[in-house]
Amino acid sequence: MTSPITTPASAPSRPPVPPSGTSPVPPPAAASARRARRHARRRELGACGALMTPFFILLVTVFLIPVGTALWLSFFGADQPGLGFGPERTVFVGLRGYTAVLTDPTFLGGLGTVVLYCLIYIPLMVTGALALALLLDSGVVRLRSWAQLGLFLPHAVPGIIAAVIWLYLYTPGLSPVIDLLAGADITVDFLGVHTVLPSIVNIALWSNLGYNMVVFYAALQAVPREVIEASVVDGAGPVRTALQVKAPLVRSSIVMVAMFTLIFALQLFTEPMLLSQATPMIGSRFSPSMYIYDAAFTRNNYGLAAAASVVLLVCTIALSYGVTHWSNRVGAPEEDTR
Amino acid sequence: MSAVSGRTAAARRPRLLGRAVVNLVVGISVLYTLLPVLWLVLAASKDRDALFGSDVLSLDHFSFAQNLKDLFTMDGGLYGRWYGNSLLYAVLGAALGAMVSIACGYAFDKYRFAHKEKLFALVLAAVMVPQTVLALPLYLMASGTGLVNTFWSVFVPVLFNPFGVYLGRIFSRGYVPDEVLEAARLDGAGELAAYFRVALRMLGPGLVTVFLFQLTAIWNNFFLPMVMLSDQHLYPVSLGLYTWNSAAVVSPEYYPVVIMGSLLAVLPLILAFALLQRFWKSGLTAGAVK
Repeated sequence: MTSPITTPASAPSRPPVPPSGTSPVPPPAAASARRARRHARRRELGACGALMTPFFILLVTVFLIPVGTALWLSFFGADQPGLGFGPERTVFVGLRGYTAVLTDPTFLGGLGTVVLYCLIYIPLMVTGALALALLLDSGVVRLRSWAQLGLFLPHAVPGIIAAVIWLYLYTPGLSPVIDLLAGADITVDFLGVHTVLPSIVNIALWSNLGYNMVVFYAALQAVPREVIEASVVDGAGPVRTALQVKAPLVRSSIVMVAMFTLIFALQLFTEPMLLSQATPMIGSRFSPSMYIYDAAFTRNNYGLAAAASVVLLVCTIALSYGVTHWSNRVGAPEEDTR
Repeated sequence: MSAVSGRTAAARRPRLLGRAVVNLVVGISVLYTLLPVLWLVLAASKDRDALFGSDVLSLDHFSFAQNLKDLFTMDGGLYGRWYGNSLLYAVLGAALGAMVSIACGYAFDKYRFAHKEKLFALVLAAVMVPQTVLALPLYLMASGTGLVNTFWSVFVPVLFNPFGVYLGRIFSRGYVPDEVLEAARLDGAGELAAYFRVALRMLGPGLVTVFLFQLTAIWNNFFLPMVMLSDQHLYPVSLGLYTWNSAAVVSPEYYPVVIMGSLLAVLPLILAFALLQRFWKSGLTAGAVK
């Protein structure tokens, strides 16, 4: 950014002086240089535009217009004159769509489910992945790169297939896990009323633990060795070094992982959608995303689906903002590790 | 002398215990992540009776080849079709998407223009927006333009990868020194030539990282195809296996093929991660540091 040789640090506002002469009237060489510079600037902007245009075409067509459409749709509803026998008309309903969504117990239930899911899943994920990364970074683990590879493997398993695998491991008659537990006189219904949510948490945890561990591990590798040596010299044991020196130093990675985990957790769809084929405990409106899908493509109520989408979007933005705000405020390293 | 060694031995004993505990915890975690995959491999090689007898560990009822044959002949060989579709969506989409995102991230890093940071904030905000929010409007737009239930309806939206732009900017800052571009300009290379001939080569690891991110995302993609596609011949593997799995509830002959199909669907990503390991590891480090 700033090259230390040429930039005069003291005078940022002074216009650049041509180094050749000090005369107030610019010589013709300087004028042509300025023209050349302006020409170069235009070429730069042209290249910049060319490099950015493909992405921004996508941004507009598959992001801005859809978001705008969702907002627009959320204020409209289908009106069926003549007891639903006449042709459907789309009419402006104002905030009625939002009222319908926010007073719909199935939507609120789904929102509650996802919040509960986040409360179980995110702390488990972040502490689990960080703990594993710290253990692997401690230098006492044997076959470290093999362990990493093993932990990372589920990341290569698509979400729907992870759900298929675990569904079979949850299904009595198919599952060796249930047989094993039955051998020890333990009967667990993994798809029961109280167990279905933890079962979904388990699938997500299994899929993403290794990936996040690798992110943390990469960040830990970048911690300067002198810092760790200094803490060892100060007499801190390996556990204290890990929790009070290393973990606070990878804070930005922790926040990033927590943030992405949150954003994806709020979209919960694939796992419950697949499990719903096997258990009546998961209805068609189990999570907000499933509610939106159900409203849009089963009930064909676009206004309702759009309103629910906007509510989900607002929740996502608010919670993400909350996380960043909270992480900025919690600056003390001690509070950060736990 | 002996007092010193006695003390270190005493100090080492808890260390040794700690070492054992650490290895045990990591070992159990590795078993947790590996065993379900191992189950998938074993279950894929068993016939239906063995599957329902839960004796996947025994060597009887071995029918790997039969299951493989069943998989590719079931429903007129749909699975092969799905596999091809997924490869097309994912490889082509990720390659194109990564190029687009990296180019944009590079431009964000190397050029100055008005409202740059505001524009970048918009890109970052796009990372947060759930797929489910965009799905209905995208579906309506696609049906308005007659693109619904076509290759394009699934292919185009997945090219959009705002996180790739974010990574592209970081990689560009880390890997492409301004001096190199300056040198290229002095040599008379145009701006775009400098990008394609000089910068892009330095951005290699970043490009691979974004490519892999996007490959994984597209290969996993399930919601969008489910909304857009009704023609089974256009399905990606994920959606195809989902429909077969729902069919298995009533006709159990689908169970072995779903399991075998799942096993095969895992392979491309493992292969991609293994082959490109050298690149994405360095890419991930750069992404995690800043």
